[in-house]
This record gives sequence, structure tokens and C-alpha cells, in this order.
Amino acid sequence: MVNNLNIEVSPVSRVEGHGDLIINVKDKKIEKLIFRIPESPRFFEAMLVGKKYDEPSHITSRICGICSVAHTCASMKATERALNIKPTGQTIDLRKLIYHHENVQSNVLHVYFLAAPDFFGVGSVIPLVETHPEVVNIALRTKKMANDMVRIIGGRAVHPIRTVVGGFTKLPTEEEMIEMRKMLEDSYQDLEKSLEVLKKVNIPDFERETEYISISDTADYALYDGNIKSTDGWEIDDQDYRDKINEKIVQHSTAKHCWANRDSYMVGALARFNNNYEKLTDNAKKYAEELGLKAPCYNTFMNNIAQFVEIVHSVDDSIRLIDKIIGNGLDEDKAMVDIKPGAGRGVGVVEAPRGLLIHDYTYDSKGKIEKANLIIPTNMNYANIEKDMQSLVPKIIDKSEDEIRLACEMLIRAYDPCISCSTHLMNVKLINN
Amino acid sequence: MGKPKVGIFGFTGCGGCQLEILNLEDQLLDLVNAVEIVHFTEAVTEHSDNYEIALVEGSVTTKHGVERIKKIGDIAKIIVAIGACAVTGGLNCLKNLYGLEKAKELVYGDRKDWIDSIEVKPVDEYVKVDYYARGCPPNRFEIIDIVRSLIVGREPEIPNYPVCVECKRNGNTCVYEFGMPCMGPVSRAGCNSRCPNSGSGCEACRGLIDNPNVNAQKDLLAEYGLTVEDVMEGFNLYNACKKVTIEKNKNN
Repeated sequence: MVNNLNIEVSPVSRVEGHGDLIINVKDKKIEKLIFRIPESPRFFEAMLVGKKYDEPSHITSRICGICSVAHTCASMKATERALNIKPTGQTIDLRKLIYHHENVQSNVLHVYFLAAPDFFGVGSVIPLVETHPEVVNIALRTKKMANDMVRIIGGRAVHPIRTVVGGFTKLPTEEEMIEMRKMLEDSYQDLEKSLEVLKKVNIPDFERETEYISISDTADYALYDGNIKSTDGWEIDDQDYRDKINEKIVQHSTAKHCWANRDSYMVGALARFNNNYEKLTDNAKKYAEELGLKAPCYNTFMNNIAQFVEIVHSVDDSIRLIDKIIGNGLDEDKAMVDIKPGAGRGVGVVEAPRGLLIHDYTYDSKGKIEKANLIIPTNMNYANIEKDMQSLVPKIIDKSEDEIRLACEMLIRAYDPCISCSTHLMNVKLINN
Repeated sequence: MGKPKVGIFGFTGCGGCQLEILNLEDQLLDLVNAVEIVHFTEAVTEHSDNYEIALVEGSVTTKHGVERIKKIGDIAKIIVAIGACAVTGGLNCLKNLYGLEKAKELVYGDRKDWIDSIEVKPVDEYVKVDYYARGCPPNRFEIIDIVRSLIVGREPEIPNYPVCVECKRNGNTCVYEFGMPCMGPVSRAGCNSRCPNSGSGCEACRGLIDNPNVNAQKDLLAEYGLTVEDVMEGFNLYNACKKVTIEKNKNN
């Protein structure tokens, strides 16, 4: 039990990018609690100025290696909306298919490689190779399955080549579609085994209700397309994101924070689960039930479980999509549509693995980007991460310093923050109050 | 060399190169057994500054980054630059092209002076780099081949011929026939011509071959109706820090 605490974890490990955790407690009162971001900014909005319609999706995919398909899709959708390009139904189905597997790949990486070591009380996945080889092998097999799907559809696992504005530069073959279907069927065995492992995991008991925002669609558990929806009861067209999504600079923090209805909100797998539970496949719902995940869920740590439930949903829904695509017959003539460059503004909104992702482009009369604005999920979560920690620390203040530090690190990791992504528009300066 | 101690370090980039290392699913456990990973913030909590080999991802774009890379240079016996951002400066160099101050102003407005951001440079502008795993993303098998070579004490084989060689070997129809720009004739191979294989032009993400004939490349593209502007866009996407100059044709 401690009265005073000075915790500084620099950098927090097992998150993508560089963030520091700083907690000062005096006489059991929090004096300072921040998640500081010294990661270097990259200036993607500037890089995009003057680019032709076919370049932004390739450039912005390089914002993030882990969610390059998400950035590619948000970018293509923004450009297609701006230039009034309507990709074919076949293109949309193939995009949804590749999208699922980036999400699976990213969720596997997070649940097994970054978060799981905490569940087993070790510092990384490396000791688990000795102690829990079956878990590591399941993780590697599921990750490989998802990466192979992205490779087959996109041309490579990181920064897809074939997904372009207007459609695909090359289609998978029917043989490849059948091969992917088999890979998906084979993965169920590992999902079953993972379920048994996760059932035994002790998820910290912590609840703080907040606003949860994601996209939502009448047809799908929305990842690729939909309206923007909140658990606070509002729903808007994705083109009107500015009506609700705000960004502000706060003095006690280093990053731009976002707010909508309240002073913070959460995006990501748990937000999607809370908004769109009904659209999950029955099988995914069964997994959620077995793992004690019910909508609405206000325990941030359960984000990891929601990520696993999404893996199950993506495998189920991919089989449906493949059957649909094969049933319709892959058609080369539907691979690309004609494009007329011109002026216009368009917004592309998708669910990146870590949550709502917004690309907003304005093209000038020469068909080049005049203005670009990108809003990244991790930015949206920063304010909520700090509010969660402010709520958590007093609840566990009677534990040892090591336990408090670990609990806060685990809480940050539960969000699966992607700091490289978020720093393209970060305000990198610390002002102590 | 025995079981070498390896540190994996991220500078300014997208994390995709480190992800490609994790994407070595079938060989990852062998890699973990063959070396001792002592520093890998994104995957491992424990860390030490006692390493012999440093795998470095990303460009140096901040004052803090300059200090970090110099420290790594002091400690590591061998530095391997991984991925376009580390090797050529990569796509980050588009910021230099736009103008550092202008970019700060555009993105951060009146708070631009808060930002620690300097001209983007590749890693070898600050420390000696022993090996380069090129590309965006790099070829994960090339990374493992470099590490394997270091362990057994042989030189890794890294191609210094154009992408066209691989593209021809793969039996692709030249993308010029479809009117697409392609940097294949002057770009370094080693990617197995993965973009032309997928129906797209090469973007020179592995950098240029030694002594590329850039003017001939410009003439070739002109034959297919592409402009100097298209050519410069092509060169600059991943190589803007390398200062390739093209004589501007008066007719264009």
C-alpha cells in the first residue's frame, strides 16, 4: 500500500509506436496522470497536397503497416466519393474480404502477441514458446491464414498492391478463392482451442461507462462501410462526420484529443461490438457468450475478448463472401471501372482494427489534392485512455506500485493503441500544469 | 558468431518492417532460437543495451532521433537498415520536398514551433550501415537471409540489377503496354517484381540501381506518352532524399 507514487514507464512496451505513461500520486490523490506521445510526426496531410487520384491510397497505406488495408480503403473511398466513381459489387465484396483479414491479422497480433503475455505473467511472447507452445502455434497459424488471404487478394500482406481507386489491378483466381475457403474452414479448429485458452484467462474487473462510436450498417457487422453511430443514441451519414467528431488540444496532454457527445469516447472492437452486436454471426455470438462478453460491455479490458469474437465473425463472414463471389463468377470486366479525374470533396470512413478511421480529401479542378484531413482511431482514444486510468488508479491505490504500474500498462494495451498512425497530426509538446 | 544479441529499433515509419519480421510465421520460431532478441520495444517488455546487431527501421526525422541513432551506432557492431524509410528515407522524404517549414505550418498552424521535426534523412546519413534490406515493405525473406548470413559469416546476396530482369523472368507483359508508369528499368530488384506481377507499375521502393540511366528512363517513358512530371513523381515517391536529377526536356 502506498500513499505517494511516481511511476514513469518510458516507453510503454508491446504497443505500436512510442508512448510514455506518467503517474504522480501524492497522499493518495492523483496529481498528474498522462499518456505522453513523443513519437515523431510525419505530415501526411502535407505529403498528399498536389497528388493525383491514383496516388493517395498508396501513400496513406504507409501511415501504418498493421492497418494498411484500412488506410487504403478509407483513401479509395474518399477519392471515389470525391470523383463520383462507383466500383462494382464484385470490387466491394473483394474489398470486404481483404478487409476482414487485415482485421483478423491485427486482432491476432494484439490478442496473442501483445496482450497475452500479461495474461500469463510474462514480458513477451518469447517465454511462451517454451511454456505454452500450443498457444504460440495457434497464433502463428491463424496469423498466417489471415496474411495469406491478404496476400492472395491484395498482392502482399503489408501495403496491398492490387486494391486501387476504381477496383482491382488483378483479381484472385477461382482456384485461389477455393483455396482461401479451405484455409478458413481449417482455422475453426484453432479458434475452438483458443476459446478454451481464453476461457481460463483472468480479465481484470473494471467498468467505466463511456460513449462508444463506430460505423454501423443495416446489412453487415460494419467494417468497410456504414453510417457513424454512437451508443449515446445518435447516427449520422459518414460524409457529415464533422457534425459530431471534434478535435481539441488540451494543455495537460501532448496529443490532440477527440470528443463527440461527452468529453471523451472509445472506438475499436468493443465499440463495434456494443453498437453492432446483433449483426454478428450466430457462431460469433456463441463465442461471445462463452467468454462472458455481453453488449453493452463497459469493461475496457474486454476489448481483447471483443477482438477475438471479431476474428470468429470474420472467418464466418468470409466464407459467406467467398461463396457469393464464386456463385456470381469472377468477372474480369468488373475488375475496374472508368475514371474521370476532376474536382470534388469526398470523405471515406471505415473501421480500422483500432476503430473509426476518416480520410477527407478535396480535389481541385486539375484533379489534384488541394486539402486532406485524416482522423485516426488512436487519437480518438487518447482522452478515454486517460479517463479510464483516472478511474482505475483510485480503485487499486491500495495495491503495490508494481501492480498499479502493470494494471495501467495493461489498460493502455487493451486499447491496442497504434501510435505511428496517430502521430501524423500530433501536437508533440508537454506542458506541465 | 554464436548466438548474437540483436536489438530491433523503430524510427519514423509505419511499423510495417517490424511487422514483416513477425510475418515470418513459419520461420519466426527458428529466428527466435538462433538469436537472442534483447531489445524490441514493440513486442518485448524486457530490454537491454547490450547488443551486437541492430536492425533499424524508419527514417531519422527528429533531434531526439539523431541522438538515438548515434547511440545505437556506438553500441552495435553491425547495423542493418530495414525498409525504404531507413534505407533511402522513403516516403517520409515527401515532407522535405513539400518544404519542412511549410509542412509544419500546414499541419500544426500556429503551434508549429512545438514540433520536433527536422529534415528527413536515411539512417546512413548518421551512422555506418553495413547491410540494407530494401523495399516498402522489405522482403521478409531477405531480412532473414541477412541475419542468417551474419550468423554463419557469409555475405548476403543482394541484387544490384533492375526489376525488369525479375519481371521478364516472371513472364509478365510489360506494364508500359497498358500505359502505366513503371520505374522497373532503373530500380533495384530483389522484390521478385511484385508490383508488376500484380498489374501495377514499379515504384522504385528498393531505391535505384547503381549508376541508373535516368535520362534514358525519361526518354523511354516519353515514348509511351508520359511526361517529365510523371517521371519525377515516380522517382520521388521513395527516393526524394537521394536527389536524382533529370534533365528537363524542353519539349515537355
